[in-house]
Amino acid sequence: MKNQESRSSSCAACKALKRRCTPNCQFAPYFRSDETKKFAKVHKVFGASNVSKILNEVAEEQREDAVNSLVYEAELRLRDPIYGCIGAIASLENKMVELEHDLMLARARLAFCVNQPSSFLNEHGNMAPCVYDIPVASGMVEAFNQNSFSFDQFSHLPFI
Amino acid sequence: MASTRCAACKYLRRRCPSDCIFSLYFPSNNPQRFAYVHKIFGASNIGKMLQDLPLHRRADAADSLYYEAHCRIKDPVYGCVGIINILLQEIYNVQCQIAKIQAEIAFLGTHAQSDQTQYQQLQIAPNLDPNFLSEQKGLSNSFDDSSTWFF
Repeated sequence: MKNQESRSSSCAACKALKRRCTPNCQFAPYFRSDETKKFAKVHKVFGASNVSKILNEVAEEQREDAVNSLVYEAELRLRDPIYGCIGAIASLENKMVELEHDLMLARARLAFCVNQPSSFLNEHGNMAPCVYDIPVASGMVEAFNQNSFSFDQFSHLPFI
Repeated sequence: MASTRCAACKYLRRRCPSDCIFSLYFPSNNPQRFAYVHKIFGASNIGKMLQDLPLHRRADAADSLYYEAHCRIKDPVYGCVGIINILLQEIYNVQCQIAKIQAEIAFLGTHAQSDQTQYQQLQIAPNLDPNFLSEQKGLSNSFDDSSTWFF
């Protein structure tokens, strides 16, 4: 019974490393005993000793954030062994360029509409289609539809 | 005799074999590159990661690992994830700006259509009070001189 109690109170890190989990174990606050996969990811990518060194460099109140960001980075690296986080950054930067272009187009359109209100209406006095004629290829329509740009991969980002 | 060891083997103080997995990606003229990745990932993890990849993808992997390590050393708490957060926030801000402009365009369009409708109504009923339009909400700002609108 005593052995079971000590086993069940081991954190996920000490379980994985097959060592006794001490009361002042550095990993215990951040890797609960049921979070074995979470630790496995960071251990595979960074290694337990490197994680420990990184945590030692960081103030205690920021360690939880540091662990969460390491877990997230490890996940991305395991998902994309070539580019890891950098792939995600590159795709976000591409999206940003697209959106800035769309913003420029929107501003130009607004300026045109303000200066020429008749541009809204066609010869029959009905709303001209060009008011809403936003080229899909420019990305503007997609910019409003979050599902088309996969924000899902960032949905469990711990800091948003 | 000049040393032909790569940066990794120099750092780890070992002989650099001819098939050293690090030598192509961590040349001896850039010791910082290996020092950074070793500090964050560890040499054996880097070796395993590169080993698991096809030859033609290893250079990109080594570059991205160096970049990640560099970000983590600069920002030990958030590393690369800090950059992702900033980009997501910027994307959100630009999307909000676009949505606002789109709403303004739509509002102007609705106004233009409403003005046109009232103009058409006046053409059907020419005896209507010329001040009718100016009494309508918001239209007094639309025309510099409502009387000239009908002639």
